[in-house]
Amino acid sequence: MMHGSGGRAMAQLIDELFLSRLGNAHPGAGNDAAVLPAAAGRLVVSTDSHVVSPLFFPGGDIGCLSVNGTINDVAVMGATPLYLAAGFILEEGFPLADLARIVDSMAQAAAAAGVPVVTGDTKVVQRGRGDGVYITTTGVGVVADGEDWSGDRARPGDRIIVSGGIGEHGMAIMAQRESIGFAADIVSDTAPLHGLIVAMRASGADIHVVRDPTRGGVATTLNEIARQSRVGMMLRESEVPVQPQVAAACEFLGLDPLYVANEGRLLAIVADADAGRLLAAMRAHPLARNAALIGSVHQDAQCFVQMSTKLGGRRVVDWLSGDQLPRIC
Amino acid sequence: MKFIDEFRDRELAHGLAAAIGRAAQPQRDYHFMEFCGGHTHAIARYGVSDLLPANVRMIHGPGCPVCVLPIGRIDMAIRLAMDEGVILCSYGDPLRVPASGGLSLLRARAALAGGGEIRMVYCAADALRLAQENAQRQVVFFAIGFETTTPPTAVVIRQARALGLRNFSVLCCHVLTPAAIASILESPEVRQWGSVRLDGFIGPAHVSTIIGSRPYEFFAAEYRKPVVIAGFEPLDVMQAILMLIAQLNSGRAVVENEFARAVTREGNRKAQRMVAEVFELRRSFAWRGLGELPYSALRIRREFADYDAERRFPISYQAVPDHPACECGAVLRGARRPQDCRIFGSVCTPENPVGSCMVSSEGACAAHYSFGRFADAKVAP
Repeated sequence: MMHGSGGRAMAQLIDELFLSRLGNAHPGAGNDAAVLPAAAGRLVVSTDSHVVSPLFFPGGDIGCLSVNGTINDVAVMGATPLYLAAGFILEEGFPLADLARIVDSMAQAAAAAGVPVVTGDTKVVQRGRGDGVYITTTGVGVVADGEDWSGDRARPGDRIIVSGGIGEHGMAIMAQRESIGFAADIVSDTAPLHGLIVAMRASGADIHVVRDPTRGGVATTLNEIARQSRVGMMLRESEVPVQPQVAAACEFLGLDPLYVANEGRLLAIVADADAGRLLAAMRAHPLARNAALIGSVHQDAQCFVQMSTKLGGRRVVDWLSGDQLPRIC
Repeated sequence: MKFIDEFRDRELAHGLAAAIGRAAQPQRDYHFMEFCGGHTHAIARYGVSDLLPANVRMIHGPGCPVCVLPIGRIDMAIRLAMDEGVILCSYGDPLRVPASGGLSLLRARAALAGGGEIRMVYCAADALRLAQENAQRQVVFFAIGFETTTPPTAVVIRQARALGLRNFSVLCCHVLTPAAIASILESPEVRQWGSVRLDGFIGPAHVSTIIGSRPYEFFAAEYRKPVVIAGFEPLDVMQAILMLIAQLNSGRAVVENEFARAVTREGNRKAQRMVAEVFELRRSFAWRGLGELPYSALRIRREFADYDAERRFPISYQAVPDHPACECGAVLRGARRPQDCRIFGSVCTPENPVGSCMVSSEGACAAHYSFGRFADAKVAP
């Protein structure tokens, strides 16, 4: 509890554990707020809290997740992410070695993305009142005038692209949590997407919407966009990329990969004429080699997202309701 | 995926659809009940109905263990956690089933204050392990399901006795498939009123791996209803439909086994012996939607009484009526379609299920709401 009391122990923790890893090059380090140069264009701000169990999982941990996730929330608005702020809530007794590992991971992810953590906060709660560590990150970015990617811009005739295999992050976490042996080779897809988005913008395609399908997965994200844009969508099940091991783990647990979380994938909705060009640009980027055109947008006042099944039938791809719960048999 | 994709093959599906189209005689129609929620789920999820001719109608049956669980049984599980302070272990999909007082196991979990816990487990063995890891706590496994999930429950009860565990017990709610089929065939809608026409059954796959196909021979012979035991993959279901049509066309009514890759006539004798060692028939058991059915469920034998939560704790079953507007009972008997219920999709949704059929993804209402309701809306394209 001392580390959260605001006294010497806390200052020591900040100096030795956070500043030494996350850097203090920015003016404002040691002050109550960061002072940053204003950027041209419009500011984009997003904040996200990360509560994940287990904290460490194949392909990542809560640290890099908290950096990449918020960078992606800013980037999918067409913005260049500039800065991050991070808030930590630590549970009393949480091992400092684990905290150091998490902060190292954040530092590496921030450095790799070129988006520094410029300010932060730490609080400590009593043992039993937390889950190890919670991290809230806020991202600030800038978007040029004229760029307008927004969930309400999908239009009938547009095409829907996903940047790669779906469900990998969620199933990596679940496999770890539930000790599903055969799913051990599923690795989280967590990654910062702003580099991919630069490549997508450079293709010159008329992109209408970009969004990262995190919690609730592809199905929920597409339903959100369909409702915002007042359109319907039709997916083709045979085109949706799902790694065989993810599909197998989902089968085993009775889950649908369309609803499983992703942390390094994006969905793009693009004008029909530019879909091929955008797809080619995405596939040339290392984070979207398996990008696929999975469906199209049509007029539908009821905003149904539907899917033509592999079998040749049709079904609704509904919103996720509550958590996906494994079926009994 | 090996042994999965082969049963979802588009070309084969279209071949089967064409064969069904040829076999279904245009001057008659066919009404088949798929007993299991697994079949209902497969039909809705893969759009199998779209591949069937208009004169072949599928009727959803009561074969979802979550849907047939009465409110009073969920109340017992909640009371164990809330009043007795036990660690109550449940499979995932019963957690959201509405119980009394606006509760469900999930809502009760959020409200727990007295030391009790409600945990989701993937198998009975997880519950037993929890008991071993929490020697100072009472751990109760909320055991539900048809004949498929009963043997694992028998195994953990035997293991608990072998280990001498004093803190593990089972709230047994296992039910029996043949009793449910008999109840449907004896229901007034089918026998007297003729308002539900049933020409044949797609029989349960997983259940039949345990009990075999023989228990269904009675229905085929006595009621003249063909039964085809089928797997849960879409091609299994389509093949079963084709086999049922062929039986009807030729005037036969026998049990056929489409799921020969896992089901035999005799079933799994070892599992049957284990179940018989640990369980015995209950004289009567309440099913949601079907009412009290004689000899339709199992209870733990006296020899294993120490592991029976109903004997260890002061809880007893109290019947609770369903919501008056909910038509789950009629849906479970095939007397109503989900979309015919006046609260379907408005008051009763997966987010706010009023009836049990809207809870589990295997439930008829949830399957239609989640996968098939575009057909009611007549939307583009």
